[in-house]
Amino acid sequence: MAAAAAGPGPGSGPGDSPEGPEAEAPERRRKAHGMLKLYYGLSEGEAAGRPSGSDPLDPTDLNGAHFDPEVYLDKLRRECPLAQLMDSETDMVRQIRALDSDMQTLVYENYNKFISATDTIRKMKNDFRKMEDEMDRLATNMAVITDFSARISATLQDRHERITKLAGVHALLRKLQFLFELPSRLTKCVELGAYGQAVRYQGRARAVLQQYQHLPSFRAIQDDCQVITARLAQQLRQRFRCGPGTLSHPQPGPWACRLRSKLVPLLPPAEFHQPALDRRLPLCREGGSGAPEQAECVELLLALGEPAEELCEEFLAHARGRLEAELRSLEAELGPSPPAPDVLEFTDRGGSGFVGGLCQVASAYQELFAAQGPAGAEKLAAFARELGGRYFALVERRLAQEQGGGDNSLLVRALDRFHRRLRAPGALLAAAGLAEAATEIVERVARERLGHHLQGLRSAFLGCLTDVRQALAAPRLAGKEGPGLAELLANVASSILSHIKASLAAVHLFTAKEVSFSNKPYFRGEFCSQGVREGLIVGFIRSMCQTAQSFCDSPGEKGGATPPALLLLLSRLCLDYETATISYILTLTDEQFLVQDQSPVTPVSTLCAEARETARRLLTHYVKVQGLVISQMLRKSVETRDWLSTLEPRNVRAVMKRVVEDTTAIDVQVGLLYEEGVRKAQSSDSSKRTFSVYSSSRQQGRYAPSYTPSAPMDTNLLSNIQKLFSERIDVFSPVEFNKVSVLTGIIKISLKTLLECVRLRTFGRFGLQQVQVDCHFLQLYLWRFVADEELVHLLLDEVVASAALRCPDPVPMEPSVVEVICERG
Amino acid sequence: MEDDAPVIYGLEFQARALTPQTAETDAIRFLVGTQSLKYDNQIHIIDFDDENNIINKNVLLHQVGEIWHISASPADKGVLATCYNKPSDSKVLTCAAVWRMPKELEPGSHESPDDSSSPAHTLELLCHLDDTAHGSVACVVWEPTGDGRRVISLADSHILLWDLQESSSQAVLAGSASLEGKGQLKFTSGRWSPHHTCTQVATANDTTIRGWDTRSMSQIYCIENAHGQLVRDLDFNPNKQYYLASCGDDCKVKFWDTRNVTEPVKTLEEHSHWSQEPPQDSVIATYEEHEDSVYAVDWSSADPWLFASLSYDGRLVINRVPRALKYHILL
Repeated sequence: MAAAAAGPGPGSGPGDSPEGPEAEAPERRRKAHGMLKLYYGLSEGEAAGRPSGSDPLDPTDLNGAHFDPEVYLDKLRRECPLAQLMDSETDMVRQIRALDSDMQTLVYENYNKFISATDTIRKMKNDFRKMEDEMDRLATNMAVITDFSARISATLQDRHERITKLAGVHALLRKLQFLFELPSRLTKCVELGAYGQAVRYQGRARAVLQQYQHLPSFRAIQDDCQVITARLAQQLRQRFRCGPGTLSHPQPGPWACRLRSKLVPLLPPAEFHQPALDRRLPLCREGGSGAPEQAECVELLLALGEPAEELCEEFLAHARGRLEAELRSLEAELGPSPPAPDVLEFTDRGGSGFVGGLCQVASAYQELFAAQGPAGAEKLAAFARELGGRYFALVERRLAQEQGGGDNSLLVRALDRFHRRLRAPGALLAAAGLAEAATEIVERVARERLGHHLQGLRSAFLGCLTDVRQALAAPRLAGKEGPGLAELLANVASSILSHIKASLAAVHLFTAKEVSFSNKPYFRGEFCSQGVREGLIVGFIRSMCQTAQSFCDSPGEKGGATPPALLLLLSRLCLDYETATISYILTLTDEQFLVQDQSPVTPVSTLCAEARETARRLLTHYVKVQGLVISQMLRKSVETRDWLSTLEPRNVRAVMKRVVEDTTAIDVQVGLLYEEGVRKAQSSDSSKRTFSVYSSSRQQGRYAPSYTPSAPMDTNLLSNIQKLFSERIDVFSPVEFNKVSVLTGIIKISLKTLLECVRLRTFGRFGLQQVQVDCHFLQLYLWRFVADEELVHLLLDEVVASAALRCPDPVPMEPSVVEVICERG
Repeated sequence: MEDDAPVIYGLEFQARALTPQTAETDAIRFLVGTQSLKYDNQIHIIDFDDENNIINKNVLLHQVGEIWHISASPADKGVLATCYNKPSDSKVLTCAAVWRMPKELEPGSHESPDDSSSPAHTLELLCHLDDTAHGSVACVVWEPTGDGRRVISLADSHILLWDLQESSSQAVLAGSASLEGKGQLKFTSGRWSPHHTCTQVATANDTTIRGWDTRSMSQIYCIENAHGQLVRDLDFNPNKQYYLASCGDDCKVKFWDTRNVTEPVKTLEEHSHWSQEPPQDSVIATYEEHEDSVYAVDWSSADPWLFASLSYDGRLVINRVPRALKYHILL
């Protein structure tokens, strides 16, 4: 209830208008309030403050927002007994009273405050009146002060004018005094060596003396000054010519000067100067390098009005002496006898010594002789060109010594220093072309490095090949050469690849961002495309192919024949290059060296085609070599035997077993590196069946008539008809990159040889039978190696047929017997 | 005449011996010797009528055995030499003999009246070039530009120089030399150089090529390991002194300068399998009329733009150098 009393809200007073009809509007407002509160979730908060269980919307709640006096009264009347009604009435009256007294207290308090405020305002009014009086008084005082001040000013006027005049006279007198003292001052300055000061004095006085020279007294001063100035100039000149320290020598010859300039870099300056001179010439102390001092001398001489052209000649001559000394010391470092410093140190020395000196000379010259115009600039440029040329020659000699070395980073850093150092004089002396010449040198070195790396890659490749040869020639420890070949191939491939990567990384240093010359057009364009990509990478791959191909061309029969396994390995290597490695390497290169050059480069496809061609030639050569090895065996075996008087065959000849063994070995070898390949699908599923066709029906069907002599035409006719139905066998057909094709090639060559050999001999009956047995044996074992077993049949058929033709007494052996002999072994 | 198409002639037997009739310079004539173990062997005289593209043949019987090598006398059109297998029970011996063909078949006697249907003529034996002591004869070569009297035969490891006397009816051994070395050395082929007044002969055995001086019968040069494998045949360049071509089982043709024999001048590797008779210089065109192995190719002695090739199945093909190429070389 206390809270309700404090709430000043409209209609909050529970007592007022308990039954007023105007309570309608507030009630609606209160309803709206309630809904808003409900919406914002305030009702819960309010509810929490109230006794629990009371409904916030309860119109009978006295303190509630929705309180409806009508409803409340109704409720009271309806629900409460009379006693309770009385109680609540009393209670209500008591509350209303309390509220009334509260209001009264508030009114009293406010009234008190109002009265005190009125008092304060009255007091302020009084104070302001007093202040106004004082302000008036101040105004009159100020007027009096102004008056006085004006009077004092008027009194001091003329005295001030006099003082001003006196000051002017004083200044003039001081100037005059300076002029009269000038000769003695100059002398003193010259004696003390304060040449700068002397020249400044002289400069200050010169114009005045010039102006008043018609007055005799000034004339005398001017004459004196000129004498002293001349002496000063002479001294300066001497100092300029000979550098500090030699001033005391009356007339030092030019040879002495040169001698000194030779000695200076060798001896610490402090030891060189005599102490007495040091005392007398404090300027000399700073003179180690002498160049700034020289410049100072020249500057002073110029200020004294000495002829500039002559000075400029002398200046350059002197600078030349010093720079030449630098060059000589550099050259001495080149010499073979003392351990030459590394190239970085060398270029550093050259950079700080010679190039630094040149820079100083150039900038001093340009400052001093700017007035000389283009002729002067040309003189300097020629000077820089000449000395720069000599410096470059030295640097190139030093760089040439680096060519063999393997460390690119040092070289690149040295080149970077070298190039960076020359940028300053290059900018200073654009006409001398130093920066361009330096860039050229760097480019040349870069080219040579590329060549060096190409050479390195080549020899690495050759080294790999030598390793492979040795590995192949080494005695087989495990008894099997088997897994070695694939491993060797992997070794070779990875070793070459790592060499290539190393080379790429090494030459990549040339294009690193922080290297000063990497933004030159050569390094951005040609170096990347023509140099690295074409020259180094493409060049190497080409040379690799060439080296590999040379194994095909080399006279294999003479001396160091290439081991066939090496041919096979190289062939596979080239094929791998074609399929993957080339594009990988080139992509790597293109990524590392972002080629911006538009010049044409070898496309990947061309290179791949070359590699493939190499692979193909190598494989073909391999087939040929292996084929000829087996051929040789077969030929010897046919040629050395007396076929007429041979005995009835009991066994397969050992040569044939050997042929099969070798072929199997080759099959294993090729299988290590090449995939199986496709065989022609055969209607017959096994060797057995095919063979039976071959041995019985086909063979007999074909040759039987020729064994029984009929007309001579028959033989020919028969063989011709036979050929009509069988395709002509191309012995040297192109080889494909798979095992079956390789083996087919080898077997074709071998069998063709066998055929030709047989045709050169004459056979007895048993000779023919032996051939029959041998051929059957070959048939049994060779069919599995070739793509089209029909081919083996054809060739072997022809061998037997030829042998039959070369036999005067052709009685073939029973196929079953042949089979038995072959199966026995 | 218009077309360059090759002309094909078939023999009944297998054959590998072919020679132009060297002494004949007007008509285009080749001699072919057959190989048959069972029947009488023949020598076919093949005339090629260039203008009408017609082939005429005459057959001579060669009854002593199958012919492995044939060569015609450079002086006498009617004289030729053959190497033949003499059949014997247990051994094959290759012999050589000089023959004269019947008069009416001699060139110049115009068309022989009898056609090819007429029975074959028989050769007249002039003399044997045998010396049984020396073994099998591999080939017989005539002195290229002599009077047809000097002949060299290669027998196993011997090189024999014969002098034919009394119009070739008698052969006298004029000189001989032999190979020395371990193993069975055997000559495979030989050629008489047309240069140096015919004093040089080149021979091949195994992988080696040797040059001989016929005056002293001594070795002049020796190309060891000329080929990786057996040397099959060799020939001299008739136009260039010193130039020698060889071919071998390694499927290569090599050209040599006999003054410097350490390196071949040129190597060709176009041949498939054994090459037998090297044509001149580079591969000009490929001829594909043959079905079987071709063992002999020879240029005509009358027409330098014409050559014959003989394959084992008895097919003789007469080829011309393509006209365009011919003019290209000539002009």
